[in-house]
Parts: sequence; structure tokens; C-alpha cells
Amino acid sequence: MAVSREVVEHVAALVHLGLDPSETEELARDLSSVLEHVAILQQVDTRDVSPTGHALEMRDVMRDDVVVPSWSPQEVLANAPRRNGDFFEVQGILD
Amino acid sequence: MEYDTAFKTISDLGRLLATREISSVELTHDYLRRIEQYDRRIGAYLAVTADLAVDQAECADRLLARGEGGPLTGIPMALKDILSTRGLPTTCGSRILEKYIPQYSATVVEKLERAGAVLLGKTNMDEFAMGSSNEHSAFRPVRNPWDFDRVPGGSSGGSAAAVSAGMAAFALGTDTGGSIRQPASLTGTVGLKPTYGRVSRYGLVAFASSLDQVGPITRSVRDAALVLQVIAGWDPRDSTTARADVPDYVAALDGGIRGLRLGLPIEYFGEGMSPGVEARIRSAVDAFRDLGATVEEISLPHTHYGISTYYVISPAEAMANLARYDGVRFGLSSAGCDIWETYANTRQAGFGREVKRRILLGAYALSAGYYDAYYLKAQKVRTLVKAELDRAFQRFDALLAPTSPTVAFKIGEKAGDPLQMYLSDVYTVPANMAGNTGLSVPAGLSEGLPVGLQILGRQLDEATVLRVGHAFEEATGYSADRPDLSAAAPA
Repeated sequence: MAVSREVVEHVAALVHLGLDPSETEELARDLSSVLEHVAILQQVDTRDVSPTGHALEMRDVMRDDVVVPSWSPQEVLANAPRRNGDFFEVQGILD
Repeated sequence: MEYDTAFKTISDLGRLLATREISSVELTHDYLRRIEQYDRRIGAYLAVTADLAVDQAECADRLLARGEGGPLTGIPMALKDILSTRGLPTTCGSRILEKYIPQYSATVVEKLERAGAVLLGKTNMDEFAMGSSNEHSAFRPVRNPWDFDRVPGGSSGGSAAAVSAGMAAFALGTDTGGSIRQPASLTGTVGLKPTYGRVSRYGLVAFASSLDQVGPITRSVRDAALVLQVIAGWDPRDSTTARADVPDYVAALDGGIRGLRLGLPIEYFGEGMSPGVEARIRSAVDAFRDLGATVEEISLPHTHYGISTYYVISPAEAMANLARYDGVRFGLSSAGCDIWETYANTRQAGFGREVKRRILLGAYALSAGYYDAYYLKAQKVRTLVKAELDRAFQRFDALLAPTSPTVAFKIGEKAGDPLQMYLSDVYTVPANMAGNTGLSVPAGLSEGLPVGLQILGRQLDEATVLRVGHAFEEATGYSADRPDLSAAAPA
């Protein structure tokens, strides 16, 4: 399954991953190689097989609706690259 | 004296501490000296917490003097740098978290602290746990103590190398596709991946949330049981932990294995396995028969699809888990002219090549038009892999297999070919996908390098797996093999 540069660029944009042109070339080759191997999954008969998302049988794990202490603003903001009072400062997302 | 403590087990050290033949402070200084002596060459540690270690050792000595404490009190350990340690940098082997300091500790870290273990430092690893050789650390590769031109395995390469070289009495690693078991195999140490949900992931920086598990890397199976006893258990802060009781793993070790039914998956003995590794595993089979267990072959046809399934599911989960590294709340931030550029620049600068590869692979597998063919398909095959293993455990109490198809390979040998690197996980990924437990124990040497025997068990049946491993270890003594470190000592 050959993956083109364009596809790599498209997927990189989806995950907000900047790439320079040489990286894009090499990653296209790497992805192609892996996807070619992974294609053998198509050989497996999975009709009537349901997907496994979780290896341990577990449903509806709940806790009591009780308020417990959380973190202080100081702790939350301790690693903030840009801080404004008790807020993370971030560039605008909406115009 | 220094050399005498270096390769001792937790059990041995516990005895020396209990009789006050040595203090935890002295023991800690021994390990710190060894780290100073050998780690420049080996690269196992990203951070050494010497002052903290001595403080903790002093506390431990006070407890021990009062006759208090447990098996891990005063014992020096190392933690893979993917486990959050409050107030101490936790880098995950990545530039994007190079200066990140967690404001909380992982549950397993808190448990070990309460048990009185002494923290020597945070160990090197493949970036975000993605790798099988520890060549993908953003900082430096780790070298195998058995041969410095070879890899220790990964992604818990630092933890394995530290224990193997006597630079820690035990360590914690993490295992998503084999990252505890494979480096244990390549470094001649014991490595246990508990059942998914047996050990809390609270505070473990996530790679693949349905596959990740924390586990011990030790010098003996008994030691692995001692550590598991402390870290296992339901955690209200991790909703994926099992509610199941924690049995007495140490008491369960000495039952012997007469009459136990062991299975040998024939598909594991195919091409790609080196003859030297196969010879050690066949020899192990003989040893088990001598101990009174039965060993029979079993076919697990879906073994062939393990790597493909794993390398669709794990990158997809990783892509989602690594979306949080965007330069806004923590970690590296490389500002661009708008938020989108900031995201892109930060992630380009902060992530290494292997991480980028996996993020893209995961995104591709989940993207519109490809989701059904890749991700959904892989999840269905995962069901079949799990069902096949479950059926095997109706016939057998445990399965025997090689951990790695080869002994430690040379640094640089596979790094340029991602697919080749991925294929070395072939024997370890099934346990992660099915959520079962797996142990790697030393099974002797091939070409002078360690070979690991893998013992796979039912979900939540670590007790049987540890009992089988312990019986093998007692009968063969391979766990006592140790590397010759004379080449590492500075002139």
C-alpha cells in the first residue's frame, strides 16, 4: 500500500504535526512499508466478529457523586508555558 | 563489599538489612557509586536523585531500627521516566517533556514510597514508550550491559539495563507490546507484565490506553512477586483497574509445578527465530518435563496477525493520547503566528521520528475512508487473538514461548527499518492484546548473550505464572548469570 507525500501531508495536518519536506518523504516510505505488512489483516474472516476495545470485561464503572478536593490553580498552572493570573494564556482559536 | 551488594536480590538485601549487617544508607551509596562508575557508558539513567535517595534511606533505616517495615523497605530502585514523580522531572524520553515536572505521583510510585523503597533515579526509555531497542530516546541510547555495542531492548531499556548491571535492586517498567518482557529477555533479568487492570495506570503517561501496564523488572522471580504484591490492586483513581482481590503472590511461589499443564505454541517456532534462541527454549521445555509438568504443542493460528493488529491499534490509541502535547498547558511550546502554527511547530520540534511515524500511522488508520479497513478490522482480529488465547487456557495452565526471536541486536542494526523493529515484538504483543499476564525469565545464554523464556498466563493468574517461573529459576539458576562490566569502568 503505497502512501504518497500528499497523503502524509494531509494526515499530518489532521494531527497538527509540522513536517519538513525530507521528513515527509521518509515518513511516506515508512508508512508504506508498515501498511503493506498490515494489509494481511484483510485475509482474516471477521464476519460476525465484534471488535474488542478493552481486554478486561468491564461495564459502567461509576463512583459516588461526592465532591472531593481537586488541585489548586498553582498546581494546575505549574507547567504552563504562558500564564495569565489563574489562566492558561493561549492564542485565539475563534476569529 | 561494593561488588557483593551489586547483584543481590531484594530478598538477599532484605536479610542483610534486617540483621543490620548493612544499612540502607550504605546500600544506597553502593548503588550510587556503581551508577557513577558504569552509567556514563551504559546510559540507563536520565536523572539520578542522589540526595532524595539518601534521605529516603535514612528514613528507612529508622524504620528498620524499630523492627518495622516490609520486604521493600530500604531497597534502592529505579523508575522508568514515564511514571509521574511529584516534583521530579518526568520526560518520557522526549524533548517535548524535557522540562515537565508533575505535580503528583503515580499510584504505583506512592505505593512503593509507602513500602519504604529508595528512589535512585528515573530511567531512560524509548520516547513515549515507542520502541524495542531504547534507540529512540530523545536524549541518548541505552547500551546493553552484556555488550555495549548492542541494544538492551525497549522501551524499558533503561530500567532493564539498570537492574542487569547492578545499578538498581529492582525497577519499574511499562509494557504495551512487550516493553518490559523483551528488554528483560535481552538483559538477562526477570520482567513481568501483569494482567491489564491488575496495576493502576494513574500517573502513568499514556501511550496506548487499552494495552499499557506497569510491572517490575527484577533479578529473580521471587523479587518480581515481592514488587507485584506492593503495586497491584484496585485503584479508585483508575477506572480500568480490576476489582479482584490481590492474592499472596509470594506464598504462591513454592507450590512446585508437578502435574501442571504447559502449552507450546507451534507458530512461535517459525522463521525469524534464531537457532540459538530456539535451543534455549527447547532446553527449557526439557527442564519443565523434569520438574513434573506436562508440555504439549498447541496451534495458535492468529499469531501471524499479531503484529499487524498491534501496529494498527496501538498507534491509533497513541495518536489520541499524544494530542495533548500542544504547547498550551505543559511541556515544550514553540510559538507560531497563530494557535495552529503553535501546535504544528511544537509537535514538530518536540517529537522524535518514531513518535511521528506512529502518530501518522494511527491517524491514517482512523481517518475517514480507512477506519473500517484498518482500525475496525484490527479490533475484530484482536477479538479472535484473545478468543484463541482464552481457548488455549482451557487446555493449559500456562504457555511457554520465547520472549524475543533473537538475542540483543547491534545498535543501529534495525533502527533504519521500522518494520524489522516492529517484527521483533511478535511473541510479546498477544499478551497485551488479550490483556493476559506474561513473565520473561532468563533461560541461559546464546552466543554469550541472554535469552528469555516467556511464560504466559490467564488473566489475573500471575500466581501461576510466577510459580512456573520460580520453579524454572530454582532448577536452572540462570537468573544468577551476570554481565562482565569491566569494559565500562573508567580508566
